[in-house]
Amino acid sequence: MTTDTQAAAPELGKARTRKEDARLLTGQTNWTDNIVLPGLLHMCFVRSPFAHARITSVDVSAAKDMPGVIAAFSGADFGDEQGSLPCGWPVTEDIVMPPHPPMATDEVRYVGEAVAVVIARDRYEAADAIAAVDVNYEPLPPVLDMRAALEEGSPKVHEAGNKCYVWPFVQGDIDAAFHDAPVVVERTYRQQRLIPCAMEPRAVVASWVADEVTLWSSTQIPHVLRFALGAFFGIPEQNIRVIAPDVGGGFGSKLQITAEEVLAVLVARKLGRPVKWTESRSEGNLTVHHGRDQWQRIRVAADRDGRLRGLEVDLLADMGAYLMLITPGVPLLGAFMYPAIYKMDAYSFKCTGVFTTKMPTDAYRGAGRPEATFAIERIMDELADELGMDPLELRERNWIKHEEFPYTTIATLVYDSGNYEAATARAKELFHYDELRAEQQKRREAGDPVQLGIGISTFTEMCGIAPSRVVGSLRYGVGGWENATVRVLATGKIEVVTGSSAHGQGHETAWSQIVADKLGVPYEDIRVLHGDTQVSAKGMDTYGSRSLTVGGIALAGACDKVIDKAKRVAAHLMEASENDIEFTAGRLHVRGDPQQGRTIQEIALATFTAHNFPDGVEPSLDSEHTYDPENFSFPHGTHLCATEVDTETGRVTIRSYVAVDDVGKVVNPLIVEGQVHGGIAQGIAQALYEEAVYDDDGNLLTTTLADYLVPSAADLPHFTTDRTETPATTNPLGVKGVGEAGTIASTPAVVNAIVDALRPMGIDDVPMPCTPERVWRAIQTARDSGAGQNGGGQ
Amino acid sequence: MASITVTVDGVKYSDEVEPRLLLVHYLRDRLGKTGTPVGCDTSNCGACTVHMNGVSVKSCAVLAVQADGAEITTIQGLANGEWHPLQRAFNTEHALQCGYCTPGMIMAAADLLRTNPHPSEEEIRDGLEGNLCRCTGYENIVRAVRRASEAGVTP
Repeated sequence: MTTDTQAAAPELGKARTRKEDARLLTGQTNWTDNIVLPGLLHMCFVRSPFAHARITSVDVSAAKDMPGVIAAFSGADFGDEQGSLPCGWPVTEDIVMPPHPPMATDEVRYVGEAVAVVIARDRYEAADAIAAVDVNYEPLPPVLDMRAALEEGSPKVHEAGNKCYVWPFVQGDIDAAFHDAPVVVERTYRQQRLIPCAMEPRAVVASWVADEVTLWSSTQIPHVLRFALGAFFGIPEQNIRVIAPDVGGGFGSKLQITAEEVLAVLVARKLGRPVKWTESRSEGNLTVHHGRDQWQRIRVAADRDGRLRGLEVDLLADMGAYLMLITPGVPLLGAFMYPAIYKMDAYSFKCTGVFTTKMPTDAYRGAGRPEATFAIERIMDELADELGMDPLELRERNWIKHEEFPYTTIATLVYDSGNYEAATARAKELFHYDELRAEQQKRREAGDPVQLGIGISTFTEMCGIAPSRVVGSLRYGVGGWENATVRVLATGKIEVVTGSSAHGQGHETAWSQIVADKLGVPYEDIRVLHGDTQVSAKGMDTYGSRSLTVGGIALAGACDKVIDKAKRVAAHLMEASENDIEFTAGRLHVRGDPQQGRTIQEIALATFTAHNFPDGVEPSLDSEHTYDPENFSFPHGTHLCATEVDTETGRVTIRSYVAVDDVGKVVNPLIVEGQVHGGIAQGIAQALYEEAVYDDDGNLLTTTLADYLVPSAADLPHFTTDRTETPATTNPLGVKGVGEAGTIASTPAVVNAIVDALRPMGIDDVPMPCTPERVWRAIQTARDSGAGQNGGGQ
Repeated sequence: MASITVTVDGVKYSDEVEPRLLLVHYLRDRLGKTGTPVGCDTSNCGACTVHMNGVSVKSCAVLAVQADGAEITTIQGLANGEWHPLQRAFNTEHALQCGYCTPGMIMAAADLLRTNPHPSEEEIRDGLEGNLCRCTGYENIVRAVRRASEAGVTP
């Protein structure tokens, strides 16, 4: 073997096709619903048909007589045993945290809340039997509108009232910034409620053997789930094993401790038999936590030349009926991001959390940051219009210049690196910005019924969640570190154990690439294990674009420890001083003599046999590392969207979409591009298609995929994507994270494009989702009021 | 109960089934063909798409009794010794992330290419309208189907 072979082609940056695909493409997957155990029973839930009601009685006796039924329970049958579902982010000291039993016992507070469970031998029998459960309700008034909920005399969701918390944050002299400001623009935006809709519905299997329980769940967070079951439900943590097998998407929706998980554990223990629960899609739309749902009042003060002076944000955030895992904290993830990439003198933020009788909200792809980015990027366009300035020019005037990094923003974050100029220049080039502006002008002048709009989003986000001390200061319940172990097997193969729990992100591939480069081991010789607390004992799991920026760095750290251990063994075998051993190009060699030396894989066997081993050194290269980030990471980019808006029908067509993202160094460009594509699609879906709609009685009207419009291939355009690369300076791989970027960036790009198309008609907003009907109505309203100077469709 | 005989991925099965049993549950729960997943309950998502007598169907919208005498091909029976060109193309183009929609997407794409061996981008997008993916934004799925069509897929 020559010394150069292993180092010839670095793995980092290589567009490897994925290891995961072999099983996913051939149907050899292990979804939770596939799991069958001897004697397995099926659970089905009786759910509240009322948004708000007192439960006067629950009678499960008739259900017990139904064919195949083994047992049936009401919430009361569990008493104190069922405890309360935890909220891990009590954002203020005086936050109202109502109890949240997995099954309601005295009052239901949203349609879909579980009130009883039937357990039968097969899923059809369980579904049949729930109709035989007799529940009597005394209806109470629903609370559906956040603003009305805060008014005096509103019906109460909980005894303590509908205000959950108020969280203020002020930096700089906000009064001075607005006082005498030559330009002040104020808008109110609605972040509609969304349903995450991971393609795999949730599923749970619980099985007890003596006093040990194994819980399989379609979850993003097996480790947090294990901790929660131990900390809040009285099961000794060492007796809990949680397995997240193949998980079919999450997007935050499976970052949760759910009623169904807890009840599966409790029911299986009660019956002494394993139980399974798999939700239907319509059950999932009702009861998987929802996302967004905020009113955003945003005010910006600027000088006439466009320089930003101050920003004021006042949010109402719908918590829904209860606080789930991080329900109250989601708006705070956005609180620091409203100033975005812009310099200003002062910033004021306030969020009021409000209870309503709807499904609780919680993390959904981007969690707080898409909302923040939408509002700031929308109002930058409004300000540009007010100033008569090109919206890109306004942004450029205010953004942090590349030579100004590291930069401490008005929201106190330290952005380590970025280059907004480069990403924007590349995006403009790919988009043909100037040509499109010229075409837009022509269409406006010609009164073309189909108007062209250009939407801009120069976004940043914070990910790599999170430095433990920082999130601790925000009253977040757990740390933000991640753990990795590298096991060097006797034959020189490598097992990687990661605390990041993958569900589509490609960890098995990307982690193999990191280790291959770090240790000089062939990519094919590496296997990545995850998602089982018995295999991967420690982890903080996968959310907030944290896997690579935290978990990947933990892995790199574990590799460094392997190399340190191997150096000692190599020194002994080569009869050299440890201080003289270097590791380059995949070989441990004596300094100045890279031709001679040993690979890690050769050292592995010597370590395994331990026949000829240095004194006082343990015969193992295996290494574990836990990494707590020193800072968040700040990917950024410029997304440009061109829409054609038919002013006669209101139909919006995305003509072109260009995304130039800067996510720092890239491990696998194929995976990065895929994340960007999917993210953009979800952001466009918010802009154009999706909304969870409740009627006046609090019934969810969008329970199916026929009503809740997850876009298909025919509903989405081609995306042009590219990257600039400004490495992060706060971690050794220079990586920034990419999981949420597309979603954060794309929603304002699309809505800005729609408004830009219609602005000559006097339109300055269209509420999301911008359906043809809403666009058409906005046009009619503008025409009726005689607004607008010129423009299309006359 | 009704008696049915169904050939699934080349193996003939005879079973007694409830008339209401969905084909997808017959495949998954009775035959252990868990490669075909369920993504919704209104036939919108297409995750459960299989071929029945060579034509794609959503197996949540077919009763097992309707499949009596039929030949069913699932994702687990698509590869013939080596991966089907669509499976290869999906891998090459990174046309899957979580992989939950993938079996249905591939089976639907195979049927699309059977009826239209060289579809345009628009025809691919329209042809796969009945299959939802939440991860990829479809960009790479479209590329993969085009790649497979260029490689020449024989039904």
